[in-house]
Amino acid sequence: MIEIENLHVAVAGKKILDGLTLKVEDGQVAAIMGPNGSGKSTLSYVVAGRADYEVLDGSIRLDGVDILEKSPAERAAMGLFLVFQYPLEIPGVATMTFLKAALNAQRKARGEAELPTIEFMKQVRAAAAKLNISQDMLKRPVNVGFSGGEKKRMEILQMALLEPRFSILDEMDSGLDIDALKTCAEGVNALRGDGRSFLVITHYQRLLNFIPPDVVHVMSRGKIVKSGGPELALALEASGYAEYAEGAAA
Amino acid sequence: MAAVQQTVDTVKTLDVDAYKYGFTTEIESEKAPKGLNEEIVRFISARKKEPEWLTQWRLDAFKRWRTMEEPRWARVDYPKIDYQDLYYYSAPKGTEGPRTLADVDPELLRTYEKLGIPLSEQEILAGVQERRVAVDAVFDSVSVVTTFKEELGKAGVIFCPISEAVQSHPELVRKYLGSVVPVTDNYFATLNSAVFSDGSFVYVPPGVRCPMELSTYFRINEQNTGQFERTLIIADAGSYVSYLEGCTAPKRDENQLHAAVVELVALDDAEIKYSTVQNWYPGDSEGRGGIYNFVTKRGDCRGARSKISWTQVETGSAITWKYPSCILRGESSRGEFYSIAISNGRQQVDSGTKMLHLGKNTSSRIISKGISAGRSQNTYRGQVFAHRKAENARNFTNCDSLLIGDQCGAHTVPYIEAKNSSALFEHEATTSKISDDQLFYCMQRGLEPEEATALIVNGFVRDVLQQLPMEFAVEAQKLIAISLEGSVG
Ligand SMILES: Nc1ncnc2c1ncn2[C@@H]1O[C@H](COP(=O)(O)OP(=O)(O)OP(=O)(O)O)[C@@H](O)[C@H]1O
Ligand SMILES: [Mg+2]
Repeated sequence: MIEIENLHVAVAGKKILDGLTLKVEDGQVAAIMGPNGSGKSTLSYVVAGRADYEVLDGSIRLDGVDILEKSPAERAAMGLFLVFQYPLEIPGVATMTFLKAALNAQRKARGEAELPTIEFMKQVRAAAAKLNISQDMLKRPVNVGFSGGEKKRMEILQMALLEPRFSILDEMDSGLDIDALKTCAEGVNALRGDGRSFLVITHYQRLLNFIPPDVVHVMSRGKIVKSGGPELALALEASGYAEYAEGAAA
Repeated sequence: MAAVQQTVDTVKTLDVDAYKYGFTTEIESEKAPKGLNEEIVRFISARKKEPEWLTQWRLDAFKRWRTMEEPRWARVDYPKIDYQDLYYYSAPKGTEGPRTLADVDPELLRTYEKLGIPLSEQEILAGVQERRVAVDAVFDSVSVVTTFKEELGKAGVIFCPISEAVQSHPELVRKYLGSVVPVTDNYFATLNSAVFSDGSFVYVPPGVRCPMELSTYFRINEQNTGQFERTLIIADAGSYVSYLEGCTAPKRDENQLHAAVVELVALDDAEIKYSTVQNWYPGDSEGRGGIYNFVTKRGDCRGARSKISWTQVETGSAITWKYPSCILRGESSRGEFYSIAISNGRQQVDSGTKMLHLGKNTSSRIISKGISAGRSQNTYRGQVFAHRKAENARNFTNCDSLLIGDQCGAHTVPYIEAKNSSALFEHEATTSKISDDQLFYCMQRGLEPEEATALIVNGFVRDVLQQLPMEFAVEAQKLIAISLEGSVG
């Protein structure tokens, strides 16, 4: 469960999050929608612990533990995962190597033993097959020369392997064709249950057709301005954000 | 993969004190008086019971050296060295003459054990060590032991301290010593010629593939002592040898001078693979102490179709001035240079290579990866030259720099000259930075900043690491992680 309370955040002296409060229960899928520039990506970076964001006020608790003072790696080991809108390339580092380093780093941080290589390979192969990722791609350097869709599938593969308690998906659907979108959504849905929760950031109902949310939040100007059920997303698709932008300006 | 994991593991176990080899060995030593003059040169020569021609050779070098100026063209900056304030000879007591392991002072054996250098043939034979490597262990000015000499002898390979070779194979030493790096070559090489103490000698007879890796492990221990080793490797026609040198030194607040000369000769169809893992004490984060590493390394592809390949992983030393080069004299000979040079703290590196194409159809390849962190300066300086008669000379150069942080510098200084119009020289260079985004991406997946940096750097240097013999590649990866300690955050 993640609880964000009254979060105020500035970047480069500019206030971006302005008293945001949000709670995602265990096992819940929450969608966030909101106009460009409303602060959705900023929120995901702050939760993941990226440097250069100044937290002016408020708190973020993961399963009851305040994580604001924790490093990104510590947060990751606690079960936090971010699907990047633009995954980064790491030349010369084989994807398989990267996956293993990440998985074992998290296990160590949690005081667990390293996964034996054979077991690790088995898990990767199984997860990769489900996402239509070839063995060949796993040998290539992380994300180097991957297409937009391949990069996203690789993000979901990492998520499947790391089995995070809480995942943030920042516009997972951008750059995906219909088939890839389905495959990735299936990857996400396969992880649902077991108390795992998700925050799905998107602009389009289409993604939510594949990953049906339990709740939908509307974000505008750095805070949540309305919350509701799945029907809220459908209403937004029809009428846009005009009413919220005005509401915030008033 | 396993190796990268190992790097990650190593980074995790790092303590605050990054340089692991900084301990001192308490052992009685015998030194020549401080300073440099003809007497000292004669003293060193006499200690080693050298023949008259070699004493004279040293004295000629010394005379010449006194007329020379220290080179100042490299992009390095250091206070003037007082050559009279150094010891030029220091030997652990009781190390005269050839020895076997049983004769070696246990304190010295413990030192090499601590450094992770396998000297016990029994253990290696018993399979405690994975692969067999013959080691020549040089401590300050003398070789303390050479392993596997007998077994190598059966294959006709000579592997011994150069001081011993002067006695046992004077004709070979006399024929080849100074034939690649002439006595007059440069200030530091000339100084070395006058006062060189020990180093390794290798001769591989015609048609022999050396049955194991050869390696020399250099250790500077004494204070205020220069190390001037001399290595000479001759691969006779159709032979092959792979050789590795490693080096460390204790932590000391004052700088120490290391001016080595390495000469390689490859005759027809012979191949020499020379790898270096250089980890001299780099000084502290403020630039106090550390080794001045002024080294002349050159290989002569004297025979047709001969090949010399240099691979270096340079992580240590306060100052590195080093250009392992190839003279491509033999027709269709080939030279290679693979380099990883890492600088952190206040280290200054000016390193690169020279590929001198003299013969027809000669080819060369240069892959250089420079990584600068902290407040260090890292320069690649490389020369590719084709002689008028070097028909169809080919060179490919790739020179990449990676910056970590914004207080360090990376520089590339290529000199390219072709006097034959059929030469084809290609040069590629890139400079990149580890981006905050890349680091954050890795950290979000659970890697701590230093693990993330080590992983990214290992990716950057992968092409070169693959050139190292397997077991040294692992060692090199550990070193890379250790030397980047404190470069982030
Ligand atoms: N490093 C930065 N420096 C200055 N402004 C920034 C920085 N990062 C974000 N911003 C600003 O913060 C605001 C919110 O950006 P953010 O990327 O969080 O929006 P978003 O809701 O994810 O938008 P989109 O839907 O377009 O992805 C924008 O106005 C953006 O320009
Ligand atoms: Mg965004």
